[in-house]
Amino acid sequence: MNVVETIERSVIQTENLQFYYGTHHALKNINLKFEEKKITALIGPSGCGKSTFLRTMNRMNDLIPGVRTEGAIWIGNENITEPSIDPVELRKKVGMVFQHASVFPFSIYENIAYGPRTHGERNKKVLDEIVEENLRAAALWDEVKDHLDHPATGLSGGQQQRLTIARTLATKPEILLMDEPTSALDPISTAKVEDLIRTLKERYTIIIVTHNMQQAARISDFTAFFLNGEVKEYGQTATLFSNPLFSETKDYIAGKFG
Amino acid sequence: MSAKSTDRLATAGLYVIVGIIITVLAGLLGFVFVKGIPQLSWQFITTPPQIFKEGGGVGPQLFNSFYLLVLTLMIAVPIAIGAGIYLAEYARDHWIIRCIRVLIEVLSSLPSIVVGLFGFLFFVLYMGWGFSILSGAFALSLFNLPLLVRVVEQSIRNIPKSQREAGWALGFSKWETITTIILPAALPGIVTGVILASGRVFGEAAALIYTAGMSTPIIDFTNWNPLSPTSPLNPFRPAETLAVHIWKINGEGIMPDAAAISDGAAALLIISILFFNFTSRFIGNLMFKKMGAN
Repeated sequence: MNVVETIERSVIQTENLQFYYGTHHALKNINLKFEEKKITALIGPSGCGKSTFLRTMNRMNDLIPGVRTEGAIWIGNENITEPSIDPVELRKKVGMVFQHASVFPFSIYENIAYGPRTHGERNKKVLDEIVEENLRAAALWDEVKDHLDHPATGLSGGQQQRLTIARTLATKPEILLMDEPTSALDPISTAKVEDLIRTLKERYTIIIVTHNMQQAARISDFTAFFLNGEVKEYGQTATLFSNPLFSETKDYIAGKFG
Repeated sequence: MSAKSTDRLATAGLYVIVGIIITVLAGLLGFVFVKGIPQLSWQFITTPPQIFKEGGGVGPQLFNSFYLLVLTLMIAVPIAIGAGIYLAEYARDHWIIRCIRVLIEVLSSLPSIVVGLFGFLFFVLYMGWGFSILSGAFALSLFNLPLLVRVVEQSIRNIPKSQREAGWALGFSKWETITTIILPAALPGIVTGVILASGRVFGEAAALIYTAGMSTPIIDFTNWNPLSPTSPLNPFRPAETLAVHIWKINGEGIMPDAAAISDGAAALLIISILFFNFTSRFIGNLMFKKMGAN
């Protein structure tokens, strides 16, 4: 694995990270740094551990019985794998967007206001502002501003996915984890979500799992190639795609397996 | 036979089956309504029964049915929601949990007369509550808990896992996710369960004969002090419900118009159940809107 020399300010750094589902060793010795306010793509064949890795960073894996994490994940100067770290607080800082847009069966407005309200914001005016600001940030405001009270389930798939992104932004995260956010969308919606992800880079550090090589090439600054629970290759996207070090990376990018 | 004609035959068969069900249902309802509705009058649904004379009503019985229902739901619904949340969200696959599930199944198929006799021994005699609304409400809670727990558990389980993950990912604790996302989303299912249970409460007679009793003391509908013995709200008074009343006057009614009263009471019972169905769905929708959307 080639270490990325160009990383200047890393916000997340993993140190000998191991992860087990029962006896299955799913992540083997992961050492990765993620550059602040850049997009890092995690690619690799199904079952290679990239989603598992993504979910260690907001400790979503904690909710699966029988899992074990070893090693460290540093966010700032905290090792978030420590039991003393409250995963609920962590997840406010490290937001996550899923493959299938899981909007809540409530209104568009409520989908955004839910997080801030549950976290203690009661002022209607402030909530209104939060809703507008984050819908704008997710490039959805113009499409929904006249029917914020309509059920979110009535939106199109692409709109729902942008709504879940807006909902995640409303909890004011610093880091955004995205688990194949466009794999269930049509090409036009995908393009819109990709545009959105690119604009979000100005404010957030983004780590995105994707099966779409073109997408990784289009939007990411860095790419990590996962294979069998290990990071096979990590580098700047342009270099990794044009000049991969390993034949496995080259074959995977070329679509020979995966 | 070609796939197409098989398909037609199956469709026709399903229509016939649905037709039979609707005919039976319409026949039953029609029979009860045709015989019963002419007996209904404001006087019938507000005045107490007469023992020897004609022209008695079922006012107290109607009130008792609703009051018992409210008390039963107040006891059973919170317990069922708690147990349903536990079974759906917290219980691991363990032999104790499997035992609990089997016990719930057994309890749900217990004949109501057995529940009634248990209620008689435990609530009426051992707890010393006598024949009372409270004894009846506890017996019926016991009777309906298994059904309610299963309905609540099932409606919570039907909420996709992605909704829970979305809640956790937003930094909601497990409890916040359950109360603010899962329960509102499961509410329509829970309301259906409550309606099923309430139908059973309205229609139940056997479990009440030994617990809530077969008589209603003279109650004064202007006295709303729950501690007063003549108050309709007093939970320690005996309370005959509509269903019990129908059963009683068919067996031992000595008023000359017993048959007519029984017909009227039956129609009233069905109307009450329909009324409760619609209002609880309405309230459920309202709650869903309030908890969820603005």
